[in-house]
Amino acid sequence: MSDNNTSPLLELSHVGKEYYGNRVLSDISFSIDSGEIIGLVGENGAGKSTLLNILFGMPVIASTGGYEGSIHIDGKSVHFTSPNQALAAGIGMVHQEFSLIPGFTAAENILLNREVLNGSLMSYVFSERVSTLDREAMHNRANAAIHTLGVNINPDMVVSEMPVGYKQFIEIAREIDRKNTRLLFLDEPTAVLTETEAEILLTALKKLAKSGIAIVFISHRLSEIKELCSRVVVLRDGKLITDQPSEELTTRQIASLMVGRQNTRREEHRVILEKASDVNEVLSPQPEKKKKPKPALRVEHLWVDMPGETVRDVSFEVQKGEIFGIGGLAGHGKLGIPNGIMGLYPAGGKVRLFGKRLTLNRPRAALSRKMAFVSEDRRGVGLLLDEPLDWNITFTAMQMQGRFLIGIPYIFQMRNELAMRSEAKKFIDSLEIKCTGPSQKAGELSGGNQQKVCLAKAFVLRPNILLICEPTRGIDIGAKNLVLDTLKEYNKENGTTIIITSSELEELRSVCDRVAIVDEGRIAGILPASSPAEEFGMLMMGQNKKNNDDEEGEESA
Amino acid sequence: MIRKLFDIIANNAVPAVFIIISAFAIPLSGFSASYLVQELLTRIGRNSFLILSLLIPIMAGMGLNFGMVLGAMAGQIGLLLICDWGVVGIPGMVLACLIGTPIAIVLGVFCGHIMNRAKGREMVTGYILGFFINGVYQMTVLYLMGWVIPITNPNLLLSRGYGVRNAVSLLGIRGVLDNFIPTMIAGTEHSQQFLSIQGSGAFMLLQIPCFNGAIRIPLMTLIVIALFCVFIIWFRKTKLGQDMRAIGQSQTVADSAGIAVNRTRIIAIVISTVLACYGQIIYLQNMGTLNTYNSHDQAGMFSIAALLIGGASVSRASIANVFVGVILFHLMFIVAPMAGKNLIGEAQIGEYFRVFVSYGIIAIALVLHAWKRNREREAARRSLRGGA
Repeated sequence: MSDNNTSPLLELSHVGKEYYGNRVLSDISFSIDSGEIIGLVGENGAGKSTLLNILFGMPVIASTGGYEGSIHIDGKSVHFTSPNQALAAGIGMVHQEFSLIPGFTAAENILLNREVLNGSLMSYVFSERVSTLDREAMHNRANAAIHTLGVNINPDMVVSEMPVGYKQFIEIAREIDRKNTRLLFLDEPTAVLTETEAEILLTALKKLAKSGIAIVFISHRLSEIKELCSRVVVLRDGKLITDQPSEELTTRQIASLMVGRQNTRREEHRVILEKASDVNEVLSPQPEKKKKPKPALRVEHLWVDMPGETVRDVSFEVQKGEIFGIGGLAGHGKLGIPNGIMGLYPAGGKVRLFGKRLTLNRPRAALSRKMAFVSEDRRGVGLLLDEPLDWNITFTAMQMQGRFLIGIPYIFQMRNELAMRSEAKKFIDSLEIKCTGPSQKAGELSGGNQQKVCLAKAFVLRPNILLICEPTRGIDIGAKNLVLDTLKEYNKENGTTIIITSSELEELRSVCDRVAIVDEGRIAGILPASSPAEEFGMLMMGQNKKNNDDEEGEESA
Repeated sequence: MIRKLFDIIANNAVPAVFIIISAFAIPLSGFSASYLVQELLTRIGRNSFLILSLLIPIMAGMGLNFGMVLGAMAGQIGLLLICDWGVVGIPGMVLACLIGTPIAIVLGVFCGHIMNRAKGREMVTGYILGFFINGVYQMTVLYLMGWVIPITNPNLLLSRGYGVRNAVSLLGIRGVLDNFIPTMIAGTEHSQQFLSIQGSGAFMLLQIPCFNGAIRIPLMTLIVIALFCVFIIWFRKTKLGQDMRAIGQSQTVADSAGIAVNRTRIIAIVISTVLACYGQIIYLQNMGTLNTYNSHDQAGMFSIAALLIGGASVSRASIANVFVGVILFHLMFIVAPMAGKNLIGEAQIGEYFRVFVSYGIIAIALVLHAWKRNREREAARRSLRGGA
C-alpha cells in the first residue's frame, strides 16, 4: 500500500441523499484506514443500502438526482457514476444473495470475465474475445485466491454441488482475486452460514485485513460485529448515531442504539448506565401467556416458500381475542407466515384453527374457515383496481359466503347492487374513506384510503381471525393512526383475534398484546409488547442464536 | 441412487423411444442395409449443417433459435441471384454465400435486438419473427425481383415479367459440394458394375469385401461439417464462448461481472443466422431444386425436431445430439412410409408420421423442460423445511 500520507483510504464527509423529497440519508461522515475492519449496523430503512448504492455508483442514485457531500479515496475526491468505476477504484462488494453461476466451477466463477487467455493471432484480427481460455493458469490463480482465505476448496468443483458456506468463500475469493481490491464491503455474509462456517469466515476476514485490505462488515449478528470489528458505525433513520471502537460497546448497547426511538430514550440511557453484561439471561424468551381458554390459532413447524421471505420452521400460538404482532427485519420471513397460512405461497407444517386442522396451500380453505387476510401487496393482491369500491368491499363475501346476491343458489343468482352500495357506504362513513362514492374505482384512491378499503373488505367477512400485513406501509401519518385505531376498536368490540405483521416495531408495540420477532425464518422470541425496545432489538439481531444452535446444525447436515 | 437412475432415463427418454420405434420399423420396411446407409449419409450431409447452427444460441441461453429461418431466406436470395447470373459450380456456391452473409448479418442483428427486448420468450419471438420476415422475403421475391432488383433470366421470372417462379432449378450447383471429391464404398464384386452405372468422372473407390452394394459418399460436405464441428469445439473454449455460457446460466450474474450481455446475445444470434444461411445453401445444393416460397418454411421446424430427438433440451445441446438426432429422425422418415405400407397398405401413414412427429416432439421437449424446472424448484423447496 502506498499511503504513507495521513489521508485515510476512504473518507465520507457530510454524505446525504433524498429520494423525491423523502430524506433517507443525512450528514454521514466517517473514514476507514487500510487494514481496518468496521461494522456497519442499522435496521431496515436506516439507510445502509442507500449508502452502499452511493459508494458503489449504482445508476439508481444518479437517476434520482445524485447525492450531497463528498467521498474521498486516498485524499482524492471521487464521484462514481457506474459500478465499474467503483471496481476500478478498488472497491469490492459481496452481496447478500449469491451472484455465482451455478453450472460453473469455482475457478470459472472466481475469474468470471477476468479469465486468463491464451494469446493468439485471431485476437489481433478480431478482439480479445476470440482467444481461448488458459484453464491451467485459471486453476492456479483461483487456487491462490482460495488459499488466501485459509480454506481448502477444489477450484474445479462445480458451484451448484457446493455447500452454502463454500459459495460465500467463492464470492469473497472473487473479490480478492481482483488485484486492486483494497476495500471490501460484505453485506450480511454470515446470514446463510452455519456457526462453524461463520467462524472460519471471520478468521479469514481477519487474515485479509492483516494483508492491508479494509473491510466494511454489515451484519445483524452483533456478536460477530463485536468479535471482528475494531469500530462500529450505527445508522438509524438515515443518521449516523455513533462511530466508536467496539470495545466501548456491549452488544446490548449496540442493539438499543439501533432501534432506539424518541420515546425509549430514557430506557436506552438506563441500559447504557447499567452496562448489562449477561445478555442471554435476560433474553431467554418467556412468553407471558394470557390465561384465555383455548388458542385461536396454533402453528407448528410451518415452512413457507415465499420468494425473499422464506419461512423455515415457525411454531407459535395465538389466544382468542388477542392482538398478536409479528416483527423482524425485511427478508427474514415475517411476511411469509401470514401468506403461507392463507395459502398464497407453497407451505407445509401444521396449522390448527380453534383446534381443527387447516388445509394449507388452498386460499379457499382458509377463507371458508372465516379467516380474513389483508395483503401487504395492496394493489396486486388486495384490490381490483379497475372496479368500483362497492365491488371491492363485497367481493370476497360474495364469493365465499354467498352474501349480496339475490336469486336461487346454484341455479340463478345475480348481484344485489342495492345491498352492496349500502354496505360500502356504511364502511366509507365509519372508516372515513375519502372518495366520490361507492362507484369510484379503487385504483383512483390514495394509498391510505386504499388500505381502508382493504380493511373494509376484511371486516365484511365478519372474520374469526384477521391477518394483516404491513397495515401502514406507504400511507401518511394521519391515516396510519386511523388504521391502527380501527384495528384496536374492532378487536375490542368483536373480540376478533388479530395478527399484525409489520416492519415498524414501534407500531406493533403500541397496538399488540404480544410480539413475536422472526429471525432467519424462525421465531427468535415472543415478548409482551411492554418489554423495552432494545430487547426486541436484540432478538432481531439474532442475539439468542445460542438457543437454537441444534437446529442450525441439523440444517447444515 | 434411484433418483439418479430416474434422471438418466428422463434425460434420454426421447432418443430411446425413437430407437425402439426404428428397431421395429426397419425390419418391417424391408429395406437393404446399403440402401439405408446411402440414404442416411445423404441426409446427414444435407441437414447436419443447418442443425449445427442451432447450437450456439442454446449455449447463450436463448433456447432453440426458431429465427434461423431468417438465415435460410438470406441463403435463398443468394442462390436466386447466382442462378440469374449463371455462376455455376463451387464458385457459384461461394458467391451465394458471399451474397447471403451480409443479408444474414443484418437480419441477425435485427432479430437479436428484438429478442433482447423479449428476454425469456426468445423462442416464440423468433418463431413469429420468422413469419414476419417471410412476408418481407415474399415481397422481395414476388414483386421486387425483376422490377427493382434486375433479373434477366426468363426461366426464373414469372410470365408477367417480374417475380420469381415457384420452382427454380439449381442444376448449376446441384451436388457440386457432395461430388467435389467423388467417393464410393462398394463391395469388391459390385464396384465395376456400379461405376458403369454412375457414369462419368473418376471415383475414389474404397473396396470392402463381403459388402453387398455400393454407397456414394458426399465426402466434401462431410469435411465441411467436420470443420464446422471443430469450429464449435474451438468456440466453446474461447472467451466469447465462456461469456455465452455464463449468460446462458444467469444473465444478472454475467451482467454484474461486466459482461456485455445484450451485445453477446446479439453476436450469438448473428452467428447462428449466418451459419443457417450457409446450411440452407448446402441443403439446396443437395436437393437441386429451390421451392422459392416454401423451401425455408420447414427448415427451422425439422432442424429443431431433429436436435430434440437427438436428446438435446432447450437449455443443453451437444454436437453428439446433432448427429444422433439427424440419424434417428431421418431413419424414421425413410423407413416409416414403407413400414406403414407393408403393415397396413398405406404409405401416407409415413408422411403423416413425419409431420406429427416433428411437431409432437417439439411440444414434448417444451413440456419436459417446464416439468424439469418445476422439479428443480420443488427440490429447492424441500431444503426449507428445517426441523419439521
